[in-house]
Amino acid sequence: MAATSRSAQVPRLGGSFANTSPHYLKQLRRTGSYALVTLFASMVLVAYLMPFAYMIVTSFKDRNQIVASARGPILPVDPATFEFEGRQLELLKVEIDGEMRHMAILTKGRQSSTFVDPEDPSAEPIVWQGAWRTLQPVYTFSPRWDNFAEVWTRIKFPRLLFNTAFIAVMGMIGTLLSCIMVAYAFARFPIPHKNTLFMILIATIILPRQVLLVPTYAFFDAIGWTGTWLPLIVPHFFANAFNVFLLRQYFLQLPRELDEAAMIDGAGPVKILTSVIIPQSWPVIIAVALFHIVFAWNDYFEPLIYTLGEPALQPLSVGIQQFNFVYSQQPHLIQATALLGMVIPVVLFFFGQRFFMRGVIVTGVDK
Amino acid sequence: MTTDRATAPGAVSGRQEHSLQREQRLWGWIFLSPWVVGFLAFTILPILASLVFSFTNFQLTDREAVRFVGLQNYARLLTDPTLKVALGVTFKFAAMALPLSIGLPVLLAALLNSKYLLNKRLFRTLFYMPYVVPVVSAIFIWGGVLNSDSGWLNRLLRSIGVQGPAWLDSPVYIYPALLIIGLWGLGNAYLITLASMQTVPTAFYEAARVDGASGLRRFWHITLPMISPVIFYNTVLSVIGLLRYFEIPFILSNGLGTPGDSQMFFNLHFYRVAFVFFDMGYASTLAWLMFVITLVFTGILFWSSRYWVYYASGDRS
Repeated sequence: MAATSRSAQVPRLGGSFANTSPHYLKQLRRTGSYALVTLFASMVLVAYLMPFAYMIVTSFKDRNQIVASARGPILPVDPATFEFEGRQLELLKVEIDGEMRHMAILTKGRQSSTFVDPEDPSAEPIVWQGAWRTLQPVYTFSPRWDNFAEVWTRIKFPRLLFNTAFIAVMGMIGTLLSCIMVAYAFARFPIPHKNTLFMILIATIILPRQVLLVPTYAFFDAIGWTGTWLPLIVPHFFANAFNVFLLRQYFLQLPRELDEAAMIDGAGPVKILTSVIIPQSWPVIIAVALFHIVFAWNDYFEPLIYTLGEPALQPLSVGIQQFNFVYSQQPHLIQATALLGMVIPVVLFFFGQRFFMRGVIVTGVDK
Repeated sequence: MTTDRATAPGAVSGRQEHSLQREQRLWGWIFLSPWVVGFLAFTILPILASLVFSFTNFQLTDREAVRFVGLQNYARLLTDPTLKVALGVTFKFAAMALPLSIGLPVLLAALLNSKYLLNKRLFRTLFYMPYVVPVVSAIFIWGGVLNSDSGWLNRLLRSIGVQGPAWLDSPVYIYPALLIIGLWGLGNAYLITLASMQTVPTAFYEAARVDGASGLRRFWHITLPMISPVIFYNTVLSVIGLLRYFEIPFILSNGLGTPGDSQMFFNLHFYRVAFVFFDMGYASTLAWLMFVITLVFTGILFWSSRYWVYYASGDRS
């Protein structure tokens, strides 16, 4: 609308505005739309990810910087000082002769204070009229890298990391083996009532976990598996609905001609799976592997109940959670812990994001 | 679904064909066996066992003393004061969170589907990223952001002259706080909604534009019906997820359900009965109650879906 009314003015504006043609205005409007939508989305995104900035900034502070920063600076900074005749003087921003300068305060007074010029300390101290408390301090950037070293040893990070990685990788192997087999069965073999079986598999998604939990826990307890990693690993060797669904969708759209060619060459079902199906399915296999790693890093409840009272066996999720309560007065250490706890799944996600997000879409949209 | 292979390739006699199919079927069962065994051992058996447990006084600490107690555990459901609180908290929070967990993914997907958005892939990835952050780390981070004194949310509010509440220590503000923390759980829902929006044929929009339909009307009359299967899927998963909501209130309240009983969600009560008091009989009864509630709600959803979910292909498998 705006474009047409404005373009009507073009003749009156004369030749020098020749490029103010309707086409040009349309172009302008499109550019405006791009800018507006992209700017809006960026603002939403910044708000959405803002807590990460909080985490990173806080994890580099020490306790004093956090207390000060309830109202003070956001970044991990310290008040700057200047050494003068063996004393550490605070640096303040002072307006002298209409010019903002960083000066070291020598004597503090309510009415007037004296300052030393750090650039010329041998000069006579300058007397400044006014209340020094109204002046802004000068800060230097000073991140506390040693927070991470402290957390690393305090929570026994290498131990927790090893536990998590071991549980995750073993479970990943189990889930890949079993889900690939089951998906292959659903995609390629004539099983009676196959559709019904598949619907039952999908229906298990809605089962509340706790209805299975008590007997499963009692069973693992009876055979002596509580206080070990086995309950966290072994069940993954028996397939799960999401991953079977994802793999089956992928296998179904692989051409059968290759299977049949291999069959004519004398390949059995196992050989077809390992040398025809799997080599064509790396994107989806990577997706399932990543899903499992992210799941295992996130999993909290079952590791909690199965490693109760066995701190040496706990994965990161359970280990750092307890740390949260022991050190609740030290937010900087808690944020450093949060960062250590999330870094591996987030990095893996960025490396494999294409496969990962493709996999999520298939399980959600095809169903 | 593609048809099963009825015949093997190549010329084979009737009897050979028969035995070949039998062999194929056998292989099918072999490959299916991990799931069949797992389904029996880790699903069917536990469900039945927990039904049996619910009629006993099974205590993990004293296995020898197990005996049947009839309907005693079920009678206890009616008098358990914490259960009443827990159901109230769970349903109240679900009523607050469900509209958001259905609506926000659609809005976010619509924004990221805009043809005027530059660098779409980057936005898509970054909006998804919080979804892969482990829940414990996410709670640490949000716990800091929502801290009443040094947290950034209240700092922001203070800068516009508003004194923010003590989000995590107030039995009232804890719910908005849980909703805010839940925003990081939108990743999957928004991503599949976006993918579904991208599959809507552009011809539909062009036809509507020719007919003079505004952008909002096109969204309402074309986009929403076309993505309704995904909205349905998100709704089912949200309802299930909200009924089993546990980790966040558990970690925030150190397993106590505080402040007050404001975070005493159903599953937290269940956890305490089972793993603090080790009363496995009554815990099984609670588990079955949740099972029935979940079935009822998903049943209602599936029944209602025929009135509002549009399957373009007419096929819902």
